[in-house]
Amino acid sequence: MRAQASHRRLLGLLRKEWLQVLRDPSSIAIAFVLPVGLLLLFGYGVSLDARNLRIGLVIEQPSAEASDLVSGFRQSVYFEPRFFDSRQAARSALAQHAIDGFIVLPADFARRLQAADEVPAQAIVNGVDANSARLLSAYVQGVWSTWLQRELATRSSGPSEPVAAETRIWFNPELRSRNYLVPGLLVVNMTLVGALLTALVMAREWERGTLEALLVTPVTLREILLGKLLPYFALGMGGMALSVLMALTLFQVPLRGSFWVLVACSMLFLLAALGMGLLISIVTRNQFVAGMIALVTTFLPAFLLSGFLFDINSMPVVVQAITHLIAARYFVAILQTLFLAGDVWSLILPNAAALAIMAILFLGLSRRLLRKRLE
Amino acid sequence: MTGPVLTAVDLRKGFGAGDRAMIALDGVSLQVGAGAVTGLIGPDGSGKTTFMRLAVGLLLPDAGRISCLGLDLSSQSGAVQGAVGYMPQRFGLYEDLSVRENLDLYADLQGLPLQERPERYAALLSMTGLGVVTGRLAGRLSGGMKQKLGLACTLLRPPRLLLLDEPTVGVDPLSRRELWRIVQGLVERERMSVLLSTAYLDEAERCADVILLHQGRVIGQGPPSSFSAPLRGRVFLVTGPTGQRRPLQARLSRQPGVRDALLQGDAVRVVTDSAEAPDCTPLGPSVSCAPAQPCFEDGFIDRLKPRTEQPADLQPLDRRRSAAPGATAAAIEVDHLSKRFGSFTAVDAVSFSVRAGEVFGLLGANGAGKTTTFRMLCGLLPPTSGRLSVAGVDLRRAPAAARARIGYMSQRFSLYAGLSVTQNLRFFGRAYGLGGRRLRQRIHWALGAFALADLADAESGTLSLGYRQRLAMASALLHAPDILFLDEPTSGVDPLARREFWGRINALAEGGITVLVTTHFMQEAEYCDRLAIMAAGALLAEGSPTQIREQVRAAPGAATGPVETLEDAFIALIQARPQTGTGDARPG
Amino acid sequence: MNQIIALVVKEFIALFKDKRARFVVIVPPLIQLLVFGYAASFDLNRVTYAVFDRDGGPAARALLAHFEGSPTFELRYRIRRQDEIAALIDAGEVLLVLQIDPDFDGDLLGRHGEAPAKLQVIIDGRNSNTAQVAQEYVNRVVADFNRHWIAAQGLGRSPPELAVRAWYNPNLESRWFFVSGLVGLLTLVVAMMVTAMSVAREREQGTFDQLLVTPLHPAQILIGKAMPGLLIGVFEASLVVLAAVVWFGVPLVGSLAVLYTGMLLFLLAAVGAGLMISSLALTMQQALLGTFLFMVPAAILSGFSTPIANMPEPVQWLTLANPLRYYLIIVRGVFLEGAGFSVLLHQMWPLALIALLSLSAATWLFRHRMD
Repeated sequence: MRAQASHRRLLGLLRKEWLQVLRDPSSIAIAFVLPVGLLLLFGYGVSLDARNLRIGLVIEQPSAEASDLVSGFRQSVYFEPRFFDSRQAARSALAQHAIDGFIVLPADFARRLQAADEVPAQAIVNGVDANSARLLSAYVQGVWSTWLQRELATRSSGPSEPVAAETRIWFNPELRSRNYLVPGLLVVNMTLVGALLTALVMAREWERGTLEALLVTPVTLREILLGKLLPYFALGMGGMALSVLMALTLFQVPLRGSFWVLVACSMLFLLAALGMGLLISIVTRNQFVAGMIALVTTFLPAFLLSGFLFDINSMPVVVQAITHLIAARYFVAILQTLFLAGDVWSLILPNAAALAIMAILFLGLSRRLLRKRLE
Repeated sequence: MTGPVLTAVDLRKGFGAGDRAMIALDGVSLQVGAGAVTGLIGPDGSGKTTFMRLAVGLLLPDAGRISCLGLDLSSQSGAVQGAVGYMPQRFGLYEDLSVRENLDLYADLQGLPLQERPERYAALLSMTGLGVVTGRLAGRLSGGMKQKLGLACTLLRPPRLLLLDEPTVGVDPLSRRELWRIVQGLVERERMSVLLSTAYLDEAERCADVILLHQGRVIGQGPPSSFSAPLRGRVFLVTGPTGQRRPLQARLSRQPGVRDALLQGDAVRVVTDSAEAPDCTPLGPSVSCAPAQPCFEDGFIDRLKPRTEQPADLQPLDRRRSAAPGATAAAIEVDHLSKRFGSFTAVDAVSFSVRAGEVFGLLGANGAGKTTTFRMLCGLLPPTSGRLSVAGVDLRRAPAAARARIGYMSQRFSLYAGLSVTQNLRFFGRAYGLGGRRLRQRIHWALGAFALADLADAESGTLSLGYRQRLAMASALLHAPDILFLDEPTSGVDPLARREFWGRINALAEGGITVLVTTHFMQEAEYCDRLAIMAAGALLAEGSPTQIREQVRAAPGAATGPVETLEDAFIALIQARPQTGTGDARPG
Repeated sequence: MNQIIALVVKEFIALFKDKRARFVVIVPPLIQLLVFGYAASFDLNRVTYAVFDRDGGPAARALLAHFEGSPTFELRYRIRRQDEIAALIDAGEVLLVLQIDPDFDGDLLGRHGEAPAKLQVIIDGRNSNTAQVAQEYVNRVVADFNRHWIAAQGLGRSPPELAVRAWYNPNLESRWFFVSGLVGLLTLVVAMMVTAMSVAREREQGTFDQLLVTPLHPAQILIGKAMPGLLIGVFEASLVVLAAVVWFGVPLVGSLAVLYTGMLLFLLAAVGAGLMISSLALTMQQALLGTFLFMVPAAILSGFSTPIANMPEPVQWLTLANPLRYYLIIVRGVFLEGAGFSVLLHQMWPLALIALLSLSAATWLFRHRMD
């Protein structure tokens, strides 16, 4: 009898929440429009794959070697070479940001190639954007050494490198940055959806005074929490499904792990994110403050401290310690593995366990801090 | 059941800590009897809501005991919550749910069995008159309908004790009467016990028992007559020549032995210190005095009004010029003014004019269109059609300098809460182009005339409601405007502060300032020289309070009840309107 | 003038008395300064690796010693079996595995001059950027080894090399890039927050009507609202410039005059955008949401963290409307390249244009959203 009454109360709360979601465009927007918008924005806006690098070439005196090298740059997919008459011209083009770097082949380039201990040519890159500059110089070196191999082979003389590194990149051999950025984006998305959604809806009940009327009915706190959790859990999973679909079709990210592991881990993460949102709104009781805190404590860390964009191992120790408190960190590791590597249990299980612990912690704290009183 | 349903013993409750600490209830002991309506009456901030919340276990007392239906709240709040019905001040209606969906939700939460629902719903819907709007979203209901729906949700499982926290706030007079009818029906038919809090003193008369709460203490409990009875023989109505009631009131209130003088219709209601009529002889030959029946409000004022306070001195109302040239010229003229928001017509072809030096009231329920009209007059909203002029210009199109001739005080406290009293005054003074010595003079005048000198450096947000309202009025008058716009200036202000406020308005009007004021307190309408009553965007009546009453009495078959007060007239006018587009079209 | 000063004074008092406003002006910039200063970097300073040495000869050990001697590389495991490679990489235990084939020594010592000896490098590519950077580090260590080896073995001279130099940031420190960019991003955040909230706060508190009925002209009110954003923006930007130079050691090569000219133009554009949002929003919550909806794309499509040149063409066009895009080039130009007015003119006029447009739009909205 009591179980039945409880059941009915919960159903009533769920129906109410669901009707509110349907009638309030903002929850739908947060759950579906926001992820799609962010995914498109980040998916297209954030890319670390350099293409069409504008490289300047200064050839002070044409020679066979020089034109061989130039054709190497012309054939490379990475470069868009431009020619300059003098170093001075190239230099000012670099200062104007018309080119990203330039290579000078001096008048005595052919002679220098033969001479010992002399640098035959020089490349200058704009180092302001260090990461792009590093990629640019790596590509330039790549063209150079390919050219050099051929050059040495035709002359079949001269020294070669004693050791050559032969690199194989696993999981993402063509190094598409989108393959690693998109799974990370899913995490940022879900963090935002989960935390923001619940942070706002619970605080809304406080603000509008509806919670005061709820609290004096026989409803239990467990029912109130479940009544909030379940609808937004469903909404969040819907948003997740949409995002995954976009990742697979629009951005062509491979899914090498199994679908059900993805579902299970997403559920764990979503619970943690919703729990965090609930906790925030129970503590703040104000939509504005809850929204602010949700953004500052979930969105920014998910973006910066989750390993989605920046390598965690290279951060200062203190910052690394902080990353352990961020649920997104574990989910980024899981998703990048699931999408690109497969079901690697040795990585998935510990991270999933961490997510489960966080979910339990946040939900438990929410339950403890929510009182049937107003203070 | 004959014992009390609610007992509180030496109840104490405070909030906050340190500088901001505030005592809400300071040793409250009371009992609420069964099977009757008990009124918890007191001004804002007297602790009514805190008491209600303690009574349902939403708060825990700092000290003292409270028990409800024989159950102690500190240990058995769950059981209490199952047996009482509680309607908070802002009842938790889900505005994006329909009437029916709200009922379903609360039926589920209160465990009303499915088979009992059709019958219960039907009973509640017919009682509240919501049967025709079951599909409408709660957010689209008028203030009165929202309160009735809240009440219906609370009554789904008939409680033994019903606690209503200010159910009539923001509700138009007609809905207020209906709410009372419902509550009294519950008590009579279902023997329900009701504790109802309110800030409207006239509602006290409808209660069987009244508890008067002031600054967290009970200062009296008993039937309403016990509050008014001691004043028998001390209340009089003084009538003078027509059009002279305001000076009459001013002179009466300065007379020794007069405790209180208040405009009522064409007469002045006077409460004296002892059972002796005020001395009418020095007031003129045509002034007559008749004894009157004391009411609850007289008792309230008598108990709470400080004995020593002198009426605020408003004489040095430094005016730059005397009243606008030609005392009969219209200060405000409105001709077929309309405002539409999409398909909704908020104001529908309203015309009226206000003479210079007049106190003109714009009356109506929430959503009647008075605030929209008001905002158009101030140039804050462009009208859809029609013509209006304030001091000869349309403020929306007029050069900014024309706005320097008006003063404006809005419904909510609309000064900067973060700024101190002086900072606010200085800012608004500068905004009106005052500066240097003149600004210092005016600020000095404002601090003095509104008794704000002691609080000059206090942050405005921390002031009590009454002081905030004084500050708002001081800011509006700093630049000595010709016309003063006041939008519901007294809502939420306790009766004492309200009187003081009207004292100032009277003084201003005598000084030649034109005042346009909106209000939904019918009693305040009596203070106006002339007024316009609005409903659903249209003007129902215009004239002096007496004229309006006469008009209603004269209308054939319009009034179903006696037309003694303006409230009666108002209700009669609303009921006489054709039913197309009833007043519930829009909230707020 | 007197009236505008009164407005500005009032704005400042109101801003710093409001707890929420104080919070959004102070906390996010601090967090961003710390996080971007310390956490945002594409550089790797700990590349974890495992070694699978199937040769074990002295040459192989010499090569590996070069890795062990590098401060960037951190040896985690020496493995014995082929299948351990997959286990370590999959689980993310190491970023890369160095595998040396059994005839490495033979290749290197025996038949030199023909095919070079091979060092197999297996890198975890899940984070492709990290993988790429790690690959480059490995190449550098190998090149270093080669030079030493040739010198030590007296093999004559090394193959001709291309000398690559990075101007403006010779050690290619990501931090210089991010911290200088932060000057731009933070300025935007602060200026937007201060102005976007200001009208909305007045609307929410009901003071806006009171302001509108005064004889103040809407343009005066607008200037009064814009000034705090400008002043606080300049103040916080100066703080970040100071922190960048003193705390994070980023060189400031160019002239402050150029920097502050750009800052002013940018702030005008940002304040205009903030006021537009503010005129549209009815509550602080809407203002916050609007700011967020403006800021996130503005930050992503500005070249703050990833180059604009990498974006698809249509997205690149979009960035042309983004004031942050121009300002970042100015800030980084002044900080690292020492660029002057002549070079940065092409960034300044679009900023001025955007400022003009956004401020005019804000004025228009301000006057027309009174109902």
